[in-house]
Amino acid sequence: MAEQTVLTKPAIQVENLDLYYGQKQALYDVSMDVEVNTVTALIGPSGCGKSTFLRTLNRMNDLIPGVQIKGTIRLHGESIYDRNIDVEMLRKQVGMVFQAPNPFPKSIYDNIAYGPRIHGIRNKKTLDEIVEKSLRQAALWDEVKDRLRDRATGLSGGQQQRLCIARALAVEPEIVLMDEPTSALDPISTSKIEELLQELKNKYTIVIVTHNMQQAARVSDKTAFFLNGELIEYNDTATLFSNPANKKTEDYITGRFG
Amino acid sequence: MLKTVESTGVSRFKKKRTWRTSWEGIIPKLLLLCALVSILTTVGIVLTLVIETASFFQDVPFIEFITGTDWTALFSESQQEFGILPLISGTLLVTMGAAVVAIPLGLFSAIYLSEYAPDRLRRTLKPILEILAGIPTVVYGFFAFTFVTPVLRTFIPEMGVFNALSASVVVGIMIIPMIASLSEDAMSSVPRGIREAAYAMGSTRLEVSLKVVVPAALSGIIASFVLGISRAIGETMIVTIAAGATPKLTLDPTESIQTMTAYMVQAAMGDISYGGTVYKSIYAVGMTLFVFTLIMNLLAQYISRRFKEEY
Repeated sequence: MAEQTVLTKPAIQVENLDLYYGQKQALYDVSMDVEVNTVTALIGPSGCGKSTFLRTLNRMNDLIPGVQIKGTIRLHGESIYDRNIDVEMLRKQVGMVFQAPNPFPKSIYDNIAYGPRIHGIRNKKTLDEIVEKSLRQAALWDEVKDRLRDRATGLSGGQQQRLCIARALAVEPEIVLMDEPTSALDPISTSKIEELLQELKNKYTIVIVTHNMQQAARVSDKTAFFLNGELIEYNDTATLFSNPANKKTEDYITGRFG
Repeated sequence: MLKTVESTGVSRFKKKRTWRTSWEGIIPKLLLLCALVSILTTVGIVLTLVIETASFFQDVPFIEFITGTDWTALFSESQQEFGILPLISGTLLVTMGAAVVAIPLGLFSAIYLSEYAPDRLRRTLKPILEILAGIPTVVYGFFAFTFVTPVLRTFIPEMGVFNALSASVVVGIMIIPMIASLSEDAMSSVPRGIREAAYAMGSTRLEVSLKVVVPAALSGIIASFVLGISRAIGETMIVTIAAGATPKLTLDPTESIQTMTAYMVQAAMGDISYGGTVYKSIYAVGMTLFVFTLIMNLLAQYISRRFKEEY
């Protein structure tokens, strides 16, 4: 029983989050908890604020001038927007994979080793181990192990995206945020990454933005539906898709708009 | 209802001569003519250089020219020596000094503009930087002679009024905008996604700049260095005014020296006879200069092609 409590303790607690781009409000009073070792999907039509919300969780929005935030976000109880938070250390704990694969124009090895290196790991053997482990976790090792010195930009799109996942895992984050990670990929690469998510959730907590409702239904344990900057409904994926509580959610998942 | 076109036996598409179609025929020829002007000029310049240089080498042996360590072209005929090494060393001295000043300052300005400066500041600073690139070099020359030299002499009192150091520093300042602007272009064209990936792993701004953006833009950055250096090699007014007119084989920047360009100005302004050896030496030096800048420009092209990143 005790173990159960630890597992379901929320990794992220969001309370009354408002976000403004300059004068324009993009998120309205969002509150939700993300459970440890789950895949949480954020769905909703374009421009509904799901990506914006995702980027508040590792403070990537800080890079955009004019963004203002109200409310609190706690990571294992610690408020991440406090004045004395080291944003770099926060981002090391909350990794991110982006919509389009974005490998560095460096070798496959150097792509993976970049993160560990900036966080102070210099030892060649340790780096080798991290590179292998990360690539194995991203199910890419067998495809690239003989060409680690080749340029990462020469890989296929699907391979590049798995490389980006491996690169994010190489700094050993607790949480991995994914912003439509398969939207630029073909169906086969997409299913590989979806399979991968099931593996990864044993070790990481995953929050994934997707515009594809079937994908949300396939891969996630919990789903949050956003509309016009508001969190409309948040529930177990099975419940949300089979028995939505809100009329707007029902309209969206049955394809009446969006 | 369907609209039908009835065949009348007259082609609807047959070419007719109108002013529109006539212009279409003439325009490419006019445009080609414009392009030919610069091509023909280049050919003309190279031809003149080659012919006069070839004639110069009938007076002075080629080996003596490229290995000689004394350049006394403007002395009386009995004491004339045409060894170009002192002019080359003068040019290289100024160029290296300029590179030492301009490469770090230009690169760091570019990093600041591309990675640190807020959008509005960048949009103000970059045009200013480009205006700086348009200041006539004679202005820089007087700046070197009347401001930089006196300042430097307060630190190095034994240095003469004409010296390579002051000229190098100011040539360096002159090429900073070029290096900064071209490097900034290269860095700005690195896709945003690559930076975001680095930030998302917990990189600081400096790490993103130096370990991700600069390596990704390296071909453009190096090409900007090479073009800047090429510009420094060919720079004339600053060195003519501030570096002196003493061809000397030295690497001491506090000495008065003479560059290839400054010699060409001095000889061309002086009282020399048309068609004489001294006259032809201007072309031989010009040819040497041309070879240097050509090599640098080809190098810049090679680098930006060979090391171009595909993102």
